[in-house]
Amino acid sequence: MKVLALFVLACLLSWTAQAGEYNLTVDRVMIDTGEFTKSGIGYNGSSPGPVLRFKEGEDVTIHVTNNLDVSTSIHWHGLVLPFQMDGVPGISFDGIEPGETFTYRFPIVQNGTYWFHSHSGFQEPDGAYGAIIIEPEGREPFRFDREYVVQLTDKHPHSGDRILRNLKMSADYYNRQQQTVGDFFSDVADQGFWSTLQDRLMWGDMRMMKADIEDVQGFVGLINGQSPEQNWTGLFEPGERIRLRFINSSAMTYFDVRIPGLEMTVVEADGNYVQPVTVDEFRIGVAETYDVIVRPREDRAYTIFAESMGRSGYARGTLATAAGMSAEVPELRPAPLLTMADMGGHSGMDHSGMDHGDMPGNDSSMTMDHSGMDMSGSTMVMDHAAMGHAMPEADDNPFYADGSGLIPEAADGGRFLAYTDLRAQRPLYEEREPTREIELRLTGNMERYVWSINGVKYEDADPIRLQYGERVRFKFVNETMMTHPMHLHGMWSILDVGQGKWNPIKHVISVAPATTVYMETEVDAPGEWAFHCHLSYHAASGMFRKVIVEGGPDSVADGEAEAVDGQEGEA
Amino acid sequence: MIRHMVATSWLALLMAAPLATAQAAGSEQEDTQSARYFWGAQFEEVEYRYSDEDDTLFTWDGDLFYGRDELKLRWLTKGEYEQEHDAYEQLENQLLVQTPVSDFFDAKLGVRFDTPEGPDRTYGVLGVSGLAPLWFEVDASLYLSDDGDALAELDAEYELLFTNYLTLIASLEVVYGIDEDEEIGVGRGLNSTEAGLRLSYDLWDRSFSPYLGVVHENQYGDTADFTRASGGDREQWFSVIGAKLMF
Repeated sequence: MKVLALFVLACLLSWTAQAGEYNLTVDRVMIDTGEFTKSGIGYNGSSPGPVLRFKEGEDVTIHVTNNLDVSTSIHWHGLVLPFQMDGVPGISFDGIEPGETFTYRFPIVQNGTYWFHSHSGFQEPDGAYGAIIIEPEGREPFRFDREYVVQLTDKHPHSGDRILRNLKMSADYYNRQQQTVGDFFSDVADQGFWSTLQDRLMWGDMRMMKADIEDVQGFVGLINGQSPEQNWTGLFEPGERIRLRFINSSAMTYFDVRIPGLEMTVVEADGNYVQPVTVDEFRIGVAETYDVIVRPREDRAYTIFAESMGRSGYARGTLATAAGMSAEVPELRPAPLLTMADMGGHSGMDHSGMDHGDMPGNDSSMTMDHSGMDMSGSTMVMDHAAMGHAMPEADDNPFYADGSGLIPEAADGGRFLAYTDLRAQRPLYEEREPTREIELRLTGNMERYVWSINGVKYEDADPIRLQYGERVRFKFVNETMMTHPMHLHGMWSILDVGQGKWNPIKHVISVAPATTVYMETEVDAPGEWAFHCHLSYHAASGMFRKVIVEGGPDSVADGEAEAVDGQEGEA
Repeated sequence: MIRHMVATSWLALLMAAPLATAQAAGSEQEDTQSARYFWGAQFEEVEYRYSDEDDTLFTWDGDLFYGRDELKLRWLTKGEYEQEHDAYEQLENQLLVQTPVSDFFDAKLGVRFDTPEGPDRTYGVLGVSGLAPLWFEVDASLYLSDDGDALAELDAEYELLFTNYLTLIASLEVVYGIDEDEEIGVGRGLNSTEAGLRLSYDLWDRSFSPYLGVVHENQYGDTADFTRASGGDREQWFSVIGAKLMF
């Protein structure tokens, strides 16, 4: 008895002594999705890695041991920390070599739901990701009885290296939703022959595809590492409030999430409290997080259903009162198609060459045909009715182009969360005028699978220089037909939804095709940071920037910044 | 025999090159956050052709590339092997550098080596290839031989999707002699056309897509006369069976 007591005491002591100290190993693991088994990368022997539970106010020490035969890194996604701890090889540090242990040390100055992942090569799509929960120092502004992490990903049978290689060879390699001869005839039946023909000629002229919503299809959607068939299950007692911490850790896939039979009250977005808003469905961009509260009152099972935005796949899990229960799994809804509204600056009705490299100020090296183009970067105004499409109204959602094919609708006619529904619960900063505006045009060439910012790929670009203490207004102008989740490291992205000081505070801003979105950033973190599209294969193809914050209390960063910059130029 | 060895050593190279480069591409991205060098291999046609004259031919048309978005090294290989005579009627290899000149088109520059049964030729190559409006894959090349004779070739291809796996591929190849080169059967003016229709099914990703089809070859003018003089047919129909490869 005494021995047992001592043992318990020893355990408790060792637990308290270790508080704030964590060990992670980076390992080769096998990932079994039920549909295929694939070698990948995980943490502490599994993918996804463990859920790291931190406490606001603690200083954490994390020892990361690289058991791979290649260099690795861990980026703490959404965490505010010294830049040397941010985990981006080539920007924050040199990476972690095989066999090496790197020790991360930083204070935890925030709370909420976050995640971590490798920032090296395609280790993240290959399985190197995990969740972070940070408990607040004070009380949460809402009550819940239990909580689950619901971490989504789009596990693909191909390795990341192979996927990008295939996309470079043939940009539509993974697209199996292209319009067919059959679609042509069914459109003819619906819209008439001439209208259909005109439509096909117009898109064919641009050499763009309406079905180009997901670059990489053929994945299995996972929830906490479990495929639809393996059915991750969270247990509850009827009447309990359950906090679900949704994290989208996908390489490429946006998910539309719903739990048929339950309303979801969104209480947190990207780790920051938002004023509660109750919805039936929400879209979670790549790398975003949303915390929702659900309150199932019945003694039954509920399906968590996350359809990919392009409807090529889904993730499924279950909330149930006992293990082994399941509820009906809905059918995938029909795949959406892009419309001319999503093409924005790409084209009008003018059938002359479509060289978007000729937009003003484009200094891209990949577009060289400057022959007599007249095209502005502005969104085209089109007569959609003439094309015979019935389009949903976008008046209440400025975060999609007017007439876009991507405007989401809740499955059963309920409420679908929009960015405009998000209001900060506790503004982090005093509201003030931005000191300047920086325009970032999101650019690319789908056919060549080249992605860029302002027409320039990462390796050809100068860093974005910010001054410590300024408040910068970023203007994203999406000139592509893809949706880009833009992620600034180290500093908050305050999304302009027109609510002034109540604008939500995020770390990923999703920018839909042919839209312009503004965010503001209080430049309060000295050093060097990454700023990129979080779609893995867009980031690796050039839609990436280094941000250098000059000045600030820790002006050591300045000297270092220059030195690292010089090396970068040579590489 | 030597031709066999040439053909197989090209193939061996094709297999080995990717292995060496894949690793280099992988490690680079870990430091720079972007992947810069890529390789790829594609064979639009690897097939047996059975002619209406009961000839059997084995033919291929493929390419391998390595490089960056801005500059690629490309090796095109094309051949026609006749079983009955154990002879390469056509054996053509091109080494090219290729760079984008517009959103959808690349310019290419390089050398072409023709080493079939009979006289060999070496050409300088200047061409463009890319995706034309309405999804036509187009490739136009101008060849200048070491004897100073010029030759032009245009290839076009269109894929009609019956489903997302079952595709009808229509192709047209036109050869035009700017100069006459009688020794190798090239007349001045329109030389030949080859039109193909292949119904292909993506069996394993896009890596292996077997197909069945028909090909029509026709020759014109002096070229047709040269062929007739050497006992050949100026017009031939083939049924073909083969596969499209991409890896």
